[in-house]
Amino acid sequence: MKFMAILRVGLRALARNKMRSLLTMLGIIIGVGAVIAMISIADGARAQVQSQIASMGTNILMVFPGSVTQGGVRSGFGSITTMTADDAVAILREAPSVARIAPTTRTVAQVIAGNQNWSTQIQGAGADYFDIRDWPVEQGLPFTDLDVRSSAKACVLGTTVADNLFPGQDPVGQVVRINKVPFQILGVMKKKGGNAMGSDQDDIIVVPYTTAQKRLQGISHIQGMMISAVGKEQVATAQTEITQILRRRHRIAPGGNDDFMIRAQSDIAATADETSKVMTMLLGAIASVSLLVGGIGIMNIMLVSVTERIREIGIRMAVGARPGDILLQFLLEAIILSTLGGLIGVGLGIGISQIVSKAAGWSVLIAPPAVAMAFGFAVAIGVFFGFYPARKAALLDPIEALRYE
Amino acid sequence: MPVDFVPSAQSTRPPGGDILVVEDLERVYRTGSYEVRALRGVSFAIPTGQMVAIMGTSGSGKSTLMNILGCLDKPTGGRYLLDGVETASLDRDARASIRNSKIGFVFQSFNLLARTTALENVELPLIYSGESGRAGHARALLALKRVGLGDRAHHLPNQLSGGQQQRVAIARSLVNRPAILLADEPTGNLDTRTSLEILSLFQELNHEGVTVLLITHEHDIAAFADRVVTLRDGRITADLRQEPRSAASALAMCTDDSVEQLS
Repeated sequence: MKFMAILRVGLRALARNKMRSLLTMLGIIIGVGAVIAMISIADGARAQVQSQIASMGTNILMVFPGSVTQGGVRSGFGSITTMTADDAVAILREAPSVARIAPTTRTVAQVIAGNQNWSTQIQGAGADYFDIRDWPVEQGLPFTDLDVRSSAKACVLGTTVADNLFPGQDPVGQVVRINKVPFQILGVMKKKGGNAMGSDQDDIIVVPYTTAQKRLQGISHIQGMMISAVGKEQVATAQTEITQILRRRHRIAPGGNDDFMIRAQSDIAATADETSKVMTMLLGAIASVSLLVGGIGIMNIMLVSVTERIREIGIRMAVGARPGDILLQFLLEAIILSTLGGLIGVGLGIGISQIVSKAAGWSVLIAPPAVAMAFGFAVAIGVFFGFYPARKAALLDPIEALRYE
Repeated sequence: MPVDFVPSAQSTRPPGGDILVVEDLERVYRTGSYEVRALRGVSFAIPTGQMVAIMGTSGSGKSTLMNILGCLDKPTGGRYLLDGVETASLDRDARASIRNSKIGFVFQSFNLLARTTALENVELPLIYSGESGRAGHARALLALKRVGLGDRAHHLPNQLSGGQQQRVAIARSLVNRPAILLADEPTGNLDTRTSLEILSLFQELNHEGVTVLLITHEHDIAAFADRVVTLRDGRITADLRQEPRSAASALAMCTDDSVEQLS
């Protein structure tokens, strides 16, 4: 009863100074709006990165050759030539958690078709490469195990290469010369887009790794393996199994360093996720500063309001308002400002997120916890910054207050 | 004026008993090593239904006394019993409650809330006694009617004359049926005719049983009280019963050309 009456007193005081109330709220509106928009946009960016990483497959493991040390000079990864296609065969045979495996090599070459030429990545790979990477061949067909075993001069193009070499034509069945070696084009892979780091994944030609070894690179080792585990949960087991098999095959003494490195796609996803989370938090924290400034705005106006209304406070005290009643009145005014500002800010934040989502072309996720947090924070700021002015009002001496001009 | 308003719960306070008792009241102000003794042992008792004027020049201690009697301030010594309650030792919250339920203030400067209607001003004490519902609304309206402003309920203070504003303040002081009505120079800001009207209203209320304390420095005003307590340098120098002048008849005699002289 009394609470409602005091609430009404506060509401009326705010309604009396509409412009001032609105301007005071503006700080909170912008603060809450900024927090929600920033977190939503950052979350959207994170989801975007995650979906790109997921497009590479979450149960994928990549094995790279390790580094070699010669006379104290350590070369980087890939400098060791101990990894062979036989390792891949052994892993597929012995590791129960491994579903598919594709040996890989990689080089860059100038490719020519008709009067067009282009420099691109040449990916030597096993026939399972397309399945492991979940990268279907859309036009034509992929090469087969038979092509791999016979070192066939066959290849599959990425869309970027296809567009550059055969603008407006169907490349399937035509011939592309890679380092002057003619390769028959069997198919074109589905467009995959940029990867998590932004580089174009479709700027690629995939050839049987055996052909790449003999015809293009002149090597007998392989430069990596693309492996898919039986399931997402088996990635860690597969990693252990592969490690054991490779250590045994490469005769590495217990305690010796691995001459290879295994990287799971899920690790990369986790790292990227962690990075994006930090980004989200950073953006949220920066936006929170404006919320804090909004809170200080409320305190400022409430202090002015208390000073302006000292006589009113005196009259209220004379007719029986307790210090607690006065405190409640001013605290409620601050809370109403911050709550109302918070609500409008939520609307503003969601609106901005939608606009940015449309403009950037990615899905913006409006996280309910972020909305709840920003709103809760706004209300808490009202309480926190409203308390000091309200207390100041409550502790006024009624005699002084009544005499105040 | 309508008389359907029973102004206070004083029907439960039988006449004859003392509604207000102060004994040996002292108030010392200290500022550093400097000491001002505003009240130096003031004792008196006011029976229910009396109209008392407390007289004194500025510096006599009457403002201090008024603050203590109004429970806005605490004495530094002595006792103060209001309607049977010892108030000298009460904390801020308890004093606020006493102000709300037992004291009706009327100030020289009216002290109405600006931009707030007459009715809402009268309802103000009811907010803090938790009675500001529909019943409170009706009570406030009744109090306004009692002071003759039933038709001005929704006017703002700046749409009312000084006399009307003071009537609103009186209605506000009556709305919670206080034990005493404490009027601090209630006519100080009003012209003679309006002053007489306000004093006449006080006398009417007094005849209906309301105990009235008039704090003033003017003999002309004190003449309308049953009893005059004179304060000087923080002590009572005189405490006299008298036959009060009737404000209503003074008003009747008050023609436009005699407005300046009251006595």
